[in-house]
Amino acid sequence: MFQVRIHGRGGQGVVSAAEILSVAAFIEGKHSQAIPSFGSERMGAPVVSFCRIDDKPIRLREPIMEPDALIVQDPTLFNAIDVFAGLSKNGYLLINSKRSIEELGIANAIYLPEDKVRLVPATEIALHHIKRPLPNAVLLGALAAVTGVIQIDSVAEAIASKFPGKIGDFNIQAAEAAYKLLTHNNQEELTC
Amino acid sequence: MLKQIEGSHGVSEAVALCRPEVICAYPITPQTHIVEDLGALVKSGKLENCEYINVESEFAALSVGIGSSAAGARTYTATASQGMLFMAEAVYNASGLGLPIVMTVGNRSIGAPINIWNDQSDSMSMRDAGWIQLFVEDNQQAVDIHIQAFKIAETLSLPVMVCMDGFILTHAIEGINVPDQKQVDKFLPSFVPRQILDPENPISIGAMVGPEAFTEVRYLAHQKQKEALKLIPKINEDFKQIFGRDSGGLISTFNVDDADTVIVTLGSVIGTIQEALDEQDENIGALTIRSFRPFPLKAIRSALKNVKRVVVFEKCFAVGIGGIVANNVRMALSGTNIEVYEVIGGLGGRPITRKSLHKLFKDAVKDNLEVVTFLDLKKDVVERELKREKELIQSGSVAENVLRDGGVVSAAKTT
Amino acid sequence: MSHQQVKFYQTGTLTVGNRLLDAEQRTVQATIDRSNSLDSGHRACQGCGEALGARYAIDTAMRETNNKVIAANATGCLEVFTTPYPETSWTLPWIHSLFGNAPAIGTGIAAAMKVKGREDIRVIAQGGDGGTTDIGFGCLSGMFERNDDVLYICYDNQGYMNTGVQRSSATPGGARTATTMPVGPEPGAEFDKGKNVPLIAMAHEIPYVATASIDRLHDLEAKVKKAMSFRGARYIQIFVPCPLGWGSAPAQTVNLARLAVESGIWPLFEGEYGEITSVTNIRKQVPVEEYLKPQRRFAHVVKNPEQLSAVQAIADRNIRKFSLLEEQE
Repeated sequence: MFQVRIHGRGGQGVVSAAEILSVAAFIEGKHSQAIPSFGSERMGAPVVSFCRIDDKPIRLREPIMEPDALIVQDPTLFNAIDVFAGLSKNGYLLINSKRSIEELGIANAIYLPEDKVRLVPATEIALHHIKRPLPNAVLLGALAAVTGVIQIDSVAEAIASKFPGKIGDFNIQAAEAAYKLLTHNNQEELTC
Repeated sequence: MLKQIEGSHGVSEAVALCRPEVICAYPITPQTHIVEDLGALVKSGKLENCEYINVESEFAALSVGIGSSAAGARTYTATASQGMLFMAEAVYNASGLGLPIVMTVGNRSIGAPINIWNDQSDSMSMRDAGWIQLFVEDNQQAVDIHIQAFKIAETLSLPVMVCMDGFILTHAIEGINVPDQKQVDKFLPSFVPRQILDPENPISIGAMVGPEAFTEVRYLAHQKQKEALKLIPKINEDFKQIFGRDSGGLISTFNVDDADTVIVTLGSVIGTIQEALDEQDENIGALTIRSFRPFPLKAIRSALKNVKRVVVFEKCFAVGIGGIVANNVRMALSGTNIEVYEVIGGLGGRPITRKSLHKLFKDAVKDNLEVVTFLDLKKDVVERELKREKELIQSGSVAENVLRDGGVVSAAKTT
Repeated sequence: MSHQQVKFYQTGTLTVGNRLLDAEQRTVQATIDRSNSLDSGHRACQGCGEALGARYAIDTAMRETNNKVIAANATGCLEVFTTPYPETSWTLPWIHSLFGNAPAIGTGIAAAMKVKGREDIRVIAQGGDGGTTDIGFGCLSGMFERNDDVLYICYDNQGYMNTGVQRSSATPGGARTATTMPVGPEPGAEFDKGKNVPLIAMAHEIPYVATASIDRLHDLEAKVKKAMSFRGARYIQIFVPCPLGWGSAPAQTVNLARLAVESGIWPLFEGEYGEITSVTNIRKQVPVEEYLKPQRRFAHVVKNPEQLSAVQAIADRNIRKFSLLEEQE
């Protein structure tokens, strides 16, 4: 089972992100479960969502305590919540930020190898393609690139099913842009 | 067709497939998506021959339902928590009048203190009102049991509550096989009311019944629920024939045959319990109660007859005594030597984790449990509040004190 | 058909019969084939105004619909005295659910008729003032606001009579009830309270609202007939004296209803979509004292000049507000 936990603030599409991810896995014939956080989701309040992906039916319903991948859509959350709680030693971390880990001040909080930690300028990519600071689809594209738990094509199809029309198209573009960026980065590292 | 959809959406599709004629809707978290979806289906014309009414309260919702059901229309509504209590009078009225209304309950706690998250207090508050109460374990069952519910209700002429854990099921998105219209039509024929308000054959419904006949009328209600004990498994069998799934019946069991210890529970927590049981080596099984009313005394007694101990895990409790479900289970096991432990957990949406369950299992097999345990109780917080109340007369609001004591949300350790 | 002008002044007797009229102009009650929706054998008190009001109203509705009416009844005197188990005196399909939900039951029945393509079957929801102005008020307003196709009839005897004569929001100032006992100089029910549901119904701008009284059968039947000609939410409040609760002689029921109208205490009007369309003139105004004296519930008021003036002021205000003394065309 692969467990993804997504942190963000209300209004940033955290709940949609988990849903789209689960649909992407479904498209690939996998079993998946997306659960929104159940906080009072006012705009700006911290929210969490969960997504589990597995090859067999998923029975587990507890909140994701030990994520295999953690997505942080809003770096201002570091001072508000312990977003890293339970992050698996073999896990992945994706953070929406232009800055580095040191600049974000979280170097001491993370114990993951460098190749498992990715900082993605998701808001900027989103603004460019979607004209709105909604980083969720972008980060899913990044997740596909970094973890391979789902394919970028599935992410695209999932986005289209939830957001038909232009909005969907722009989000897909943004997701694919992030995918390219991170795959490119991967390749660069491999050739180093 | 297999779809990756939200539990609520699955329910609304299932209800729509049952060709309801009148839907009355009053919104309350966590059932809102269900009634919203149904409203959209009616408005778009996808759900035809259906009157969708936005009512002004839950009391009105079920009352409108009583009127439409008595007039011969297949009727549906949904509620949760406070709404269930607001319609309480109508809940008793519907079963007393023998009207086959189907109602979804998006299980949620009851205040005060106000809390929007899952537990099963709402359904439990109406357990003696004479409705059939079916609890579902996952969203596939939620879809399937709504379809079975209409058939059970109309066969018996008794209302049915389909209880599904709020948020945990209603708002979870997972793979659900939504049946097609042909299958449902085959399983569920049109509604033939046992009694109907009809100018061609006028009758009076709802007369006062005095001491000379009230007992008999109430006894017959009791008998009808006992009849349901036979009908529910039969309808589940019929369902299985057409749809290929075992979603209903009275109980379901998991590894109970050789188990010394069995966890008895209801609803979605069984998923996490099964995961946790598979992760450990003790001889522990689980039993899920699917029909809570009528309560399957015989089926439970039979399933647990060789067991040493039973841990009843419930998301509700009777203040001042202990477990509600546990008490019912004790009735099923009366006269046996089986130890029954009452564990109350998940109240107000508190997550139930494998970690806590593992500790519970370990304690259970060693008989290291109190008769009544509140899972994951923060003992220090509770003790501080009790101390405060002893020392101060104006000790303040309990809820506020406990929240303040819980402290602010913890931040990431960044230094 | 020629329109026969007959003016009759009923002096001395309280006959509501109409043998002088042509057959077509007689009331439903005067016809042999009236449906007797509320049949004999019920257990109402001698002189019960509500039993009259209900029979008059429902029989009219049955005539208008070719006997296709379903009735929903709130808990109360009417429900209790018409259905003593195992008997019922209702000859139409009838349901009693709860005290506070008769309007919602009506809504549900109407929805079922609509979905089954049987909108020829009409729905009446009814109850006393307690079930209408108080506990059923939320459901009533909801039914109005949705404009559900239900005629709601409130039989107003100004108190919770079935449970032993307690105060409702329809109880008038000064009246003695079990929960508003006059003590010393204090009045029974207080004067600055109460609810005017017909005007509240008008504020909902529903298709038809009317007040009626059992003292004038033609008027009552005409209003029910008019109501049945509309679709959507309709409301009629019928004034029905209660000899037991009011401490009046059973034989005085119809007379008291007349005095209530003629004193201005009970204005008769009709309204459509929030605007008043007709008002019944007071033929010969009587001082409220004449209306209050035969009722023991007002014994205290009659002896107290201040309270008596207060009641007269209410009547005068009604007369002014509804122009009850002005010449009508």
